[in-house]
Amino acid sequence: MKLLEYEGKDIFAAYKIPIQRRYGVIRIGDSAENVKLDGNGPWVVKAQVLTGGRGKAGGVKIARTKEEAHTYIKNMLGMKIVTHQTHGAALTVEEVLVEAACAPEREIYISVVLDRKEAAPMIIASAEGGMSIEELARTRPECIIRMPVDLDAGLPDFQARELAFALKIPKKNFCDFTALAKALARVFLDYDASLVEINPLAITSDGELVAVDAKIVTDDNALFRHKDLEAKPDHESSEIEKEAKAVGINYIGLDGSIGCMVNGAGLAMATLDTVRLAGGSAANFLDVGGGANVEQITKAFQIILKDAKVKAVLVNIFGGIMKCDNIANGIVEATKKARLQVPLIVRLEGTNVKEGKAILKDSGLKLEQADSLWEAAQKAVKAAN
Amino acid sequence: MSILLNKDSKILVHGMTGAQGSFHSRLCLEYGCNIVAGMTPGKGGTRHFDIPVFNTVKEAVRETGADTSLIFVPPPFAADSILEAAEAGIKLIICITEGIPVLDMARVKKRLRFLELEGRGVTLVGPNCPGVITPGECKAGIMPGYIHKKGHVGIVSRSGTLTYEAVWQLTSQGLGQSTVVGIGGDPVQGMNFVDVLKMFEADQDTSAVVMIGEIGGSAEEDAARFIKARMTKPVFSFIAGRTAPPGRRMGHAGAIVEGASGTHASKVEALENAGVTVVENLSLMGETVAAGLKPKAKAGKKS
Repeated sequence: MKLLEYEGKDIFAAYKIPIQRRYGVIRIGDSAENVKLDGNGPWVVKAQVLTGGRGKAGGVKIARTKEEAHTYIKNMLGMKIVTHQTHGAALTVEEVLVEAACAPEREIYISVVLDRKEAAPMIIASAEGGMSIEELARTRPECIIRMPVDLDAGLPDFQARELAFALKIPKKNFCDFTALAKALARVFLDYDASLVEINPLAITSDGELVAVDAKIVTDDNALFRHKDLEAKPDHESSEIEKEAKAVGINYIGLDGSIGCMVNGAGLAMATLDTVRLAGGSAANFLDVGGGANVEQITKAFQIILKDAKVKAVLVNIFGGIMKCDNIANGIVEATKKARLQVPLIVRLEGTNVKEGKAILKDSGLKLEQADSLWEAAQKAVKAAN
Repeated sequence: MSILLNKDSKILVHGMTGAQGSFHSRLCLEYGCNIVAGMTPGKGGTRHFDIPVFNTVKEAVRETGADTSLIFVPPPFAADSILEAAEAGIKLIICITEGIPVLDMARVKKRLRFLELEGRGVTLVGPNCPGVITPGECKAGIMPGYIHKKGHVGIVSRSGTLTYEAVWQLTSQGLGQSTVVGIGGDPVQGMNFVDVLKMFEADQDTSAVVMIGEIGGSAEEDAARFIKARMTKPVFSFIAGRTAPPGRRMGHAGAIVEGASGTHASKVEALENAGVTVVENLSLMGETVAAGLKPKAKAGKKS
């Protein structure tokens, strides 16, 4: 689960990681005038969207006056944001965060990630903050510091000091920094995170250490022990994706025209790849799960058909434990229930495949069958065009 | 010969009395797998499929000599189940459970490393995997047994149904398998590609290997380095997720492209550089392997 900046900063605040003073979070429909802006400013208005690079896309504005701040809030709410990380899609700004602007004198990068190879959390830091870590890794890999975090002990003092020395943290901020690094490791462990990132961590002209941004991604598999996270709205998934999740179907919307229904994540990915190889493009990734029964298949059809871009549906099921004749009966019944209007291409393989194919053939339904995934993909591309 | 499992493996099923455990234990038994014990806390002393059920792994090992664990325990308790098996002296642990928190698995790995230093090392396969099968001898997992055929191609894969697809294509081409190992789709797992490739390279009964990977992580790149340096047997590969959008988790927790790492392109490039035949069109996997192995067979006959 990906948290918005202000949600991440709420967690930071609880762990005494310094953040800027907050004036409010304003949602679509709220009045911008309701935000109490005291002091002399400047203030910063930030679009709460799950993407990097929002500053360049107009999602971060510094306001010198209160009027300016209110205007930015009004303009930003409902705005569409497209960045290099959204892959052409536009994200709608539904919430903005208003904070006291800060003047960074130095920007540092610090994050905790899961190192898959070491099977342990790892602090990644660099004295060169501000830019994306991917870019830094590409251009100046020698500037990146790595430090393992113990799964139980977290980050011990000596490691936090080593890190502070390596980043050339000034004496004035030294103790604040070591406390921050330890707290960051603790957040990662306590929240079952896969990423906790501050970019940038600023040392301001006033000599204060401040987390200017917050990015937290948590492990969906661990949600059962984080009731507070489970209760938060899912900002990443689309409406269709949320509906699919609610009925236990793994669905990710894509931009093509061929709806895909597959059992198993790996085979589902391979199906999308094969559709592309055949010259088409998939409208979705959909894994109906191992036990593809009538209800699951019906729900899957209904979800695929919610996407108006779908011009044909490709079903690719490898009947292992679930036998092909049962799956075929499921497809016939589900097709009727879901009132399928677009061309349907079915590729069944596995146990009782002959019986399964015969059931589909004799069902009277308008559908095409294929023996291989490749043949199915070609037929689907033809039908969708 | 085969790797990991054979007809003498003595299997203990964790969670055998549960719905999943019970269903799949029955299919494993029908395949001829030697399940010697079940383990469900609180059900010790009962019998299931006429097999004794124990409260703890320790008891099961003591009473039956079980050496292999097959785990069907729900995600919140699965990591603990792996540790229980490891501490009780089980040598091979196969964890089917999908959805175990990553940090739980990281803690399991930490403990297993410690046990290894103490000389009590264990082999873990999974989690989130279909299991292991040595066709004709032993099936410890949820794969459909009948699609397999005894033979000499070793298969290692991060995915379930994708493996069945590859197995089925090979079997349809008349190519049998020595052992098929599903290492699972999680970011932190037991055996990785290199661990399994090493075993296949050393196994006299395996003459070629099919490796099925997917986007995310760097296990395929590591495998490529190993293949280039050490493998003498031909390796064929398919990598799923060429068209997956970056940053999204594609069903498997480990199948996510983060930044520049874990991409389809980098994996294919690394494997091709290592001399691996990478199949672009999954439907051609069986044919490609069959064609690739033919000249060798002929050469073998001549000499």
